[in-house]
Amino acid sequence: MSREAILNRVRTALGRSAGERAVEPPPVRLRIPEMDSEARIASILRAVEALAGKARRAATAESAREYVAAVVNGKTAVASNAPFLRECGIADLEGVHAGFTDTAALRALCAAADVGITSADYALADTGTLVMLASPAEARLISLLPPVHIAVVPQERVLSGLDELLTILPDPAGQTSSMVLITGPSRTADIEQILVRGVHGPGEIHVVVVG
Amino acid sequence: MSVAFDEKVHKTLADANLQLAIYRATGRLIDHRKHAVAATALPDYQELRTQANAIKRHTIDHLDHYLEQFEANVNAHGGKVVFCQEATEVADFVLGLAKQRGAHLIVKSKSMTTEEVDLNERLEHHKLESVETDLGEYILQLAHQRPYHIVAPALHLTRYDVGDLFARSLGVANETVVEKQTLIARSVLRQKFLAADIGISGANFLVADSGAVVIVENEGNARLTTSAPGIHIAVAGIEKVIPRAQDLAVFLKLLGRSATGQALTVYTSFLSGPRRAGEIDGPGEFYVVLLDNGRTRLLADREKRQSLYCIRCGACLNHCPVYRKIGGHSFPWVYSGPIGAIITPQFMGIEHEPTLPFASSLCGACAEVCPVKIDIPKVLLDLRAEAKQAEQRKGVNRLERLAFKLWAWVMCHPRLYEMAAMVAAGVAPAGNGKWLRSAPGLLNLPPVRAWLSQRDLPPAPPRSFRELWRRR
Repeated sequence: MSREAILNRVRTALGRSAGERAVEPPPVRLRIPEMDSEARIASILRAVEALAGKARRAATAESAREYVAAVVNGKTAVASNAPFLRECGIADLEGVHAGFTDTAALRALCAAADVGITSADYALADTGTLVMLASPAEARLISLLPPVHIAVVPQERVLSGLDELLTILPDPAGQTSSMVLITGPSRTADIEQILVRGVHGPGEIHVVVVG
Repeated sequence: MSVAFDEKVHKTLADANLQLAIYRATGRLIDHRKHAVAATALPDYQELRTQANAIKRHTIDHLDHYLEQFEANVNAHGGKVVFCQEATEVADFVLGLAKQRGAHLIVKSKSMTTEEVDLNERLEHHKLESVETDLGEYILQLAHQRPYHIVAPALHLTRYDVGDLFARSLGVANETVVEKQTLIARSVLRQKFLAADIGISGANFLVADSGAVVIVENEGNARLTTSAPGIHIAVAGIEKVIPRAQDLAVFLKLLGRSATGQALTVYTSFLSGPRRAGEIDGPGEFYVVLLDNGRTRLLADREKRQSLYCIRCGACLNHCPVYRKIGGHSFPWVYSGPIGAIITPQFMGIEHEPTLPFASSLCGACAEVCPVKIDIPKVLLDLRAEAKQAEQRKGVNRLERLAFKLWAWVMCHPRLYEMAAMVAAGVAPAGNGKWLRSAPGLLNLPPVRAWLSQRDLPPAPPRSFRELWRRR
């Protein structure tokens, strides 16, 4: 078997024996900057805009709902089961399909929909990133198949950056099979280095910070 | 240098459009990186490099431990790890699984490791359709070409090449606007994603404490590959393992910035096992194929072992004056540029690629920009020594050895050196008064001719430096 052959070759080359423990790895390096909530919100809005995404701060759930309604505006949308979307009344908007638990039905709708609406488990202020953990509340395909993605995020979930995320969530695999960081709209520069948005994922991304 | 290598180099040098394409693309990537790692943008850049190097060193030095830990954690999350020693084993595994599950269509996201083992070719040989989905890789698959660059695989092709290619292979109108070409690829590939039975991805990192595969990308094709089909297979070299999820705070900050100047790429996927109870979508089966393919060969050497720290950002290619002239396809294997020059001979054995480590000016730019601080010039020198020792053992190039012995002896005897220099200056041709190479009938011996094919010298001055010094 290749497994034993490879492990044996590795051990022989390194002069180690089977089951020998590793010495302690270098200490983890995580640096979390001091940043109050207003600074975080300002930073994430700026970062999302810099990536050619659309960023909006909504003071209330009501104004978040209005913003989403204006983007959907008669198109077909699919919303995740995130409780926050329900709290904001977004799942009940006209043209928004929500409440999916069946894989095939969700997939078919995502493939046909114009807009995907999700919340996010966290967001990162410095890079303008959405952090999405797959769960009964958040499917993978809603933020991926439709050409437009709207994420509605309560302001307390905005973290300073990656280091704070990995401090709060040192073991993402303990919670989910899939954690995805989304930083701006899908893009490519594979032909003559010319930037094109929306190659496989959404070319348009809206981040609405609520509160 | 080998004949094939020489021919490809000369062809690339003679192609003005290609020269411009390489120069522009790498130049742009150099600029992007420069801004992203500047002190104002990333004040602790050097500290992060030092930490990344320390983590990689530690992990590679205890590789067996972390591979076993990774495997145990993949199993704990319901996935399976498959070890493959030889290149052919990867396709054998995929073929076996595809047969068992009745799979016909495979979508692939970008993976240099699968390029190494010719996965598509092997699968297609067995009548499986395997489609590359990264835009650049898709173009190359249609053109039957290898990647030109680790992160910009199709940098040598123009939009006109792509227009012709799409028209010829897809039966669409010849379209030269890049946005429209992208839409064509999007719609063709979207159907493949939704119909595929298996998704095959690479992996940028394997996280030992989580049993997770980490994939960075910009297009979303890797997310689709790993989310839409019922089976996900990630293929990675054994050196991709890192100890902890928290170490990503170091590596992700370096990888995107070094590759394309992005603080984070658009998508970073952290995937551990098949979908779990309650999750609405995602694959039902999850495999990680760990490939050796020559990697264990270079572990034994403490110095050269650092070649395995590479995170495939491509910065050394962009900054290499040799790569920027000779391009990616002059290199004999899938990995090009400085990193290709050190890992190709080591994965394959120095006897297969003895000349590659010499295709470098040793300027050191690669080491300066390497995010994990691989001392590429040092490894190149070690490989040169190894190649020469192999020659010595085989008894070839005796003349070269004799010449250098003579040279060393002369250099150790100043008076002798002076006399030899006077003789040499006397017999050397004057050229046209400017450069030696332009002299007709110049010492037309093969080694001299080969040396002068890429270099030139001014003719010897009438008085040597020593002479001038004495008369001062």
